[in-house]
Amino acid sequence: MTNLTDLTVAEIRDGFRAGDFTAREVAEGFNANVAAAKALNAFIVKTPEHALAAADAADAARTSGDLKPLSGVPIGMKDLFCTNGVQTTAASHILEGFVPTYESTVSGKLWDAGAGMLGKLNLDQFAMGSSNETSYFGNVISPWKRNDGGNAALAPGGSSGGSASAISARLCPAATGTDTGGSIRQPAAFVGISGIKPTYGRCSRWGVVAFASSLDQAGPMARTVRDNAIMLEAMAGFDPKDSTSLDLPVPAWEQSLSSDLKGKRIGIPKEYRVDSMPAEIDALWEKGIAFLNDAGAEIVEVSLPHTRYALPAYYIIAPAEASSNLARYDGVRFGQRELPDGAGLQDMYAATRAAGFGPEVKRRVMIGTYVLSAGYYDAYYTQAQKVRTLISRDFDRAWESCDLLLAPTAPSAAFALGEKQADPLAMYLNDVFTVPASLAGLPAMSVPGGLDAQGLPLGLQIIGKALDEQGVLNAALAIEERAGFTARPEKWW
Amino acid sequence: MTEATYRIHGATGEWEVVIGLEVHAQITSNAKLFSGASTTFGAEPNTQVSLVDAAMPGMLPVPNRECIRQAVRTGMAIDAQINRYSRFDRKNYFYADLPQGYQISQLYHPIVGEGEIVVTLDEKNPDSATKTIGIERIHVEQDAGKLMHDQHPTRSYVDLNRSGVALMEIVSKPDMRSPVEAGAYVRKLRSILRYVGSCDGNMEEGSMRADVNVSVRKPGDEFGTRTETKNVNSVRFVMAVIEHEANRQVDVLESGGKIVQETRLYDPDRNETRSMRSKEDAHDYRYFPDPDLLPLELDDAFLDECRASLPELPDAKRKRYESELGLSAYNAAVLTAEAETARWFEALVSESARIQNKGEGDVAKAAANWLLSELFGALNRLGRDLDTSPVSPAQGAELLSLVADGTLSGTLAKQVFEIMLETGDEAGKIVEEKGLKQTSDTGAIEEAAAKIIAENADKVEQYRGGKEALFGFFVGQTMKAMGGKANPKVVNEIMKKALQA
Repeated sequence: MTNLTDLTVAEIRDGFRAGDFTAREVAEGFNANVAAAKALNAFIVKTPEHALAAADAADAARTSGDLKPLSGVPIGMKDLFCTNGVQTTAASHILEGFVPTYESTVSGKLWDAGAGMLGKLNLDQFAMGSSNETSYFGNVISPWKRNDGGNAALAPGGSSGGSASAISARLCPAATGTDTGGSIRQPAAFVGISGIKPTYGRCSRWGVVAFASSLDQAGPMARTVRDNAIMLEAMAGFDPKDSTSLDLPVPAWEQSLSSDLKGKRIGIPKEYRVDSMPAEIDALWEKGIAFLNDAGAEIVEVSLPHTRYALPAYYIIAPAEASSNLARYDGVRFGQRELPDGAGLQDMYAATRAAGFGPEVKRRVMIGTYVLSAGYYDAYYTQAQKVRTLISRDFDRAWESCDLLLAPTAPSAAFALGEKQADPLAMYLNDVFTVPASLAGLPAMSVPGGLDAQGLPLGLQIIGKALDEQGVLNAALAIEERAGFTARPEKWW
Repeated sequence: MTEATYRIHGATGEWEVVIGLEVHAQITSNAKLFSGASTTFGAEPNTQVSLVDAAMPGMLPVPNRECIRQAVRTGMAIDAQINRYSRFDRKNYFYADLPQGYQISQLYHPIVGEGEIVVTLDEKNPDSATKTIGIERIHVEQDAGKLMHDQHPTRSYVDLNRSGVALMEIVSKPDMRSPVEAGAYVRKLRSILRYVGSCDGNMEEGSMRADVNVSVRKPGDEFGTRTETKNVNSVRFVMAVIEHEANRQVDVLESGGKIVQETRLYDPDRNETRSMRSKEDAHDYRYFPDPDLLPLELDDAFLDECRASLPELPDAKRKRYESELGLSAYNAAVLTAEAETARWFEALVSESARIQNKGEGDVAKAAANWLLSELFGALNRLGRDLDTSPVSPAQGAELLSLVADGTLSGTLAKQVFEIMLETGDEAGKIVEEKGLKQTSDTGAIEEAAAKIIAENADKVEQYRGGKEALFGFFVGQTMKAMGGKANPKVVNEIMKKALQA
């Protein structure tokens, strides 16, 4: 019998339905893998009992013929989603010990679809980071190693690095992620899995600890495009509790999957060929072009002239919103409180926030506070919003000559932990290819395209028009089929 | 009639006062601005707090359509520009009663733009001068919670019941020049809000409160530096703040000082304002558009519905009372000042017209007079208001109809009304049971008149000698002899004849 933890979501779902194995066997298998993978530090909280309970319910439902779309499938939950009765920290000290009395809409939908929870996955603190080195609960380690004989611990990407690492290491078949500037796509690329950030508004933000409200969007991460389609169908949908949620039906993405791209035009944004891009990334991109061409698509060059302003605009808008969103962590109602002797209210705020937030969060709160402050608002925030509009217009113009865009996901393969930590700007550059789609609220997906010379995964990114998740998934599927990416990390943990 | 110009007489001459008001009016709605939590006044602390109001992680605001509707209707009631596009902004600051760390408000694009309110400066005299006070804007925002410092020796508690309650901030232009104008403005504004039903105007419960901006200048000069006195919660206090603050500023300026732009607090016990904080340590609120909320875009159907749901407003009503019902300007003004009075009056008139089978214009004057003198007098005595009046409009109408058809004289009507107040009985029943019917029996009246004349021969002589004022004496005595039940008109006729004989 195959190892159950090597199966994809679709395979677990179908095999379980067919009676090849029980849901409990699946849950036990993954629970065991989770327990054995401490070295990866992918989980902040493990919830084996939740996975088992859901599995038992699924097994019972199979007997009664009452199966749901994700019955029998255990998943990982990024610890940015509030989970009723289970500690939710956003990987921060300030929320350590916080146990919500409510369930985020997205996680609730997944449980309603029959999924079970293996645990809460580690992430960059408050989802701020591109390497998973900002978690209060320690770095997540990528299961991948370079083939250069060195033994450097690699970054799984961020912020959904716990999700990425866990899926890649077979600790779960799928997980939730959130993407604000690339936090699903870049970690997916770093560990050789797929992940899609849907159109802004497809998935409810209710119950998701906010980073930057106008950008945050939940999405799935899994090893295959099909699994992403299955997961996204369960996660998406209108939520009256989120006024930015889109009041639209959820398409049957899995059912409509097709890698036949005849009649599709794929745009290659010339401005994404940034200076100092490694030749390997360029080569990967060429390979992607060939794949899509082979799938029947026509390749056209397009221009997104304001691309170079996207990153600076993002690193103004996101911290601005974050500085405000994180103001509620003040030590008054929940989480940590620091109350030095003789402290007044302002002292309590300062001490609580100083002790409760990590350096990267503080950096962004400071940046955000600065760019919103009197005298600088117009120079920074207003200007960044204008850039955001121009970037959206760039995409609108591009859609006049193409249906989808192809670009690399990140400018490099995974780097070693600690390598970029001293240089925040170099770290921010990781998001250079993912941020524009975030600013425009467009669906975008990373799918593995191949390995670099050191044997590390590289991701290709498909960006689509608003609401065209299907087009994005289909193009990603075409790449997946042609790339034949089967590499997996060797088990060392 | 012209109003005397309000001036402060300082040592260096006369000073003019410039006043602008920011009135915070709690929107009448069952739920908060962005959550479904209740807004009932006086509930136990922290019993009306949703996860959103407590700003728990991941919670998001969803606008309450009813609050938006009420703000739009209020804007329409003051002929203001209604902005089809408006947006919510975050006003960021830290305080323990502000769970989110920001207040959701509207700075850049308020829902209502410029409008105006016409006030009568001397409300006792409807013919006195009127003044138009400009409204700068109305925006919608959340209220904060409340800190309670007196519950524990070393701790402060937070009550979040008010956190997230919807407020309209109604910002006037600096158009007012005297405490009287400001008082009239607040009263008129409150009257309009109550008519519209968008705020109950209850200043004691805090559902309406004003921030008072005051500056002084030599007449004709540029605006001076202003101070803002926060959370003033009665019309009387608003006027007191202006008077006090204007005099204080004149004193400061005349003794060579400078006015600091600052926030002040009013202490009604000592009738003084005190500095709360100066602008130097004022907050930088770092306003920016709330990314959790889409801009509000109002469509025609919504605006049409808002407009159609507006009641007749006080000014229009007052004009109609004068022109259609033939009421005096004063009576029309008093009857329309409060929505509740007008509602009561209209019920009384329509019922009167129905049972007397007359037009409303034929019964309105008597109804107005009775309501304003008899009923209001009685309610005043009893310490009650129209809401809790022991006599209903229908009962009042019955009483008035008995006067109109001659069954009751004015004196008898007063007696019957007193009994109604006590017993709650219908006027007709009281008349029947107590035999209080007016009589026009000429025989009995002639007999009584003759008796009075006979008993007062001296006065008859004086009357006949030209002292005509004595006529009232004879009528009064006859009425008294008849036990108040005689029809005064008949008594008049008979007495006139008898005295001429």
